[in-house]
Amino acid sequence: MLLAQAAGTTISVAAIGKGLVYGLAAIGPGIGIGLVFGNAIQAIARQPEAAGLVRPIMFLGFALAEALALLGFVLFFLIT
Amino acid sequence: MILAKAPGFHVPPVTELFAFAPIFTFKVGGMTFHVTFVTFVMYALTLLIGGLFVAAFRRPAIIPGTLQNLMEAGVDAIRENIVLPTIGPEGDRYMPLLTAMFFFVFALNFMEVVPLIQFPVSSHMAIPFFLAVISYVMFIAIGIRRQGPIAYFKDAIVIPGVPKAILPLLIVIELVSKFVFRPITLAVRLFANMMAGHVMLTIFFLASAYFLYRADSLFLHVAFIGPLALSVILIGFEMFIALIQAFIFTILTAVYIDESLHPAH
Repeated sequence: MLLAQAAGTTISVAAIGKGLVYGLAAIGPGIGIGLVFGNAIQAIARQPEAAGLVRPIMFLGFALAEALALLGFVLFFLIT
Repeated sequence: MILAKAPGFHVPPVTELFAFAPIFTFKVGGMTFHVTFVTFVMYALTLLIGGLFVAAFRRPAIIPGTLQNLMEAGVDAIRENIVLPTIGPEGDRYMPLLTAMFFFVFALNFMEVVPLIQFPVSSHMAIPFFLAVISYVMFIAIGIRRQGPIAYFKDAIVIPGVPKAILPLLIVIELVSKFVFRPITLAVRLFANMMAGHVMLTIFFLASAYFLYRADSLFLHVAFIGPLALSVILIGFEMFIALIQAFIFTILTAVYIDESLHPAH
């Protein structure tokens, strides 16, 4: 805050929002992707012959969770 | 503090990174079409992929040659990893669509790391959007043809066995998630991944160049090896992302087609 005042600039709310939006959007998907991969690894470790069955489903879950984070990433550019 | 005094490191704005000057434009019915470098890359890739498949499978031999062997391995990988686990043996009918989709998306994504091009074609929203529209139209058309229009939409929207009171809410949720969000997320996922990758690579390579040439401190001139090494690793990571995004795009299309073929309830 002090630095910004010294430089004679003001911090706009939009800039703060831009900074926050991706960080906030990444929390949920971060947890979700961790769960997906963690459980898939556990499943494959317990039953290695099921790896072929687990892997497509794992990527599916990963993709669905990741989409939310990427929506946040796009929003980052949309905020003006 | 030395850093603060140095002439700043400027990241080019994103609009500049993704805008290309049109090589020529043409008009069809009031709409102006801009043909840019990116468009040419896409045309070239379409010809390349089409040509490879034609050359490999025009006269299939019982003992395959090198090219046929290679392409058969690619097609087989898609059958084993995408079509059979999701749709099952019935999915062989949709192999041409899914194979073409996978190879096209992969080639477009892979342009990210090809020298002299270094631009992921699929980071222009128009291309993932139209690929998603193809997927959307396909899974609805397959569902209507297989189950009939009324049965298909009823099965897609109405979940049996839920209390009457909550049913209207669930119908709205299912309707929006299946027919509105599906194509949007399909397109945005590919687009945003490729765009993020391109921005990331650009920033890392610009940073290495800035450290090496334009920074004021001697330390940064020596330390440029850090961001450079990281950007080389990121190139490998981007190749992996290109492959995995093509895989995800295709497998999601396959899953949607499977849902249209085999109603869940």
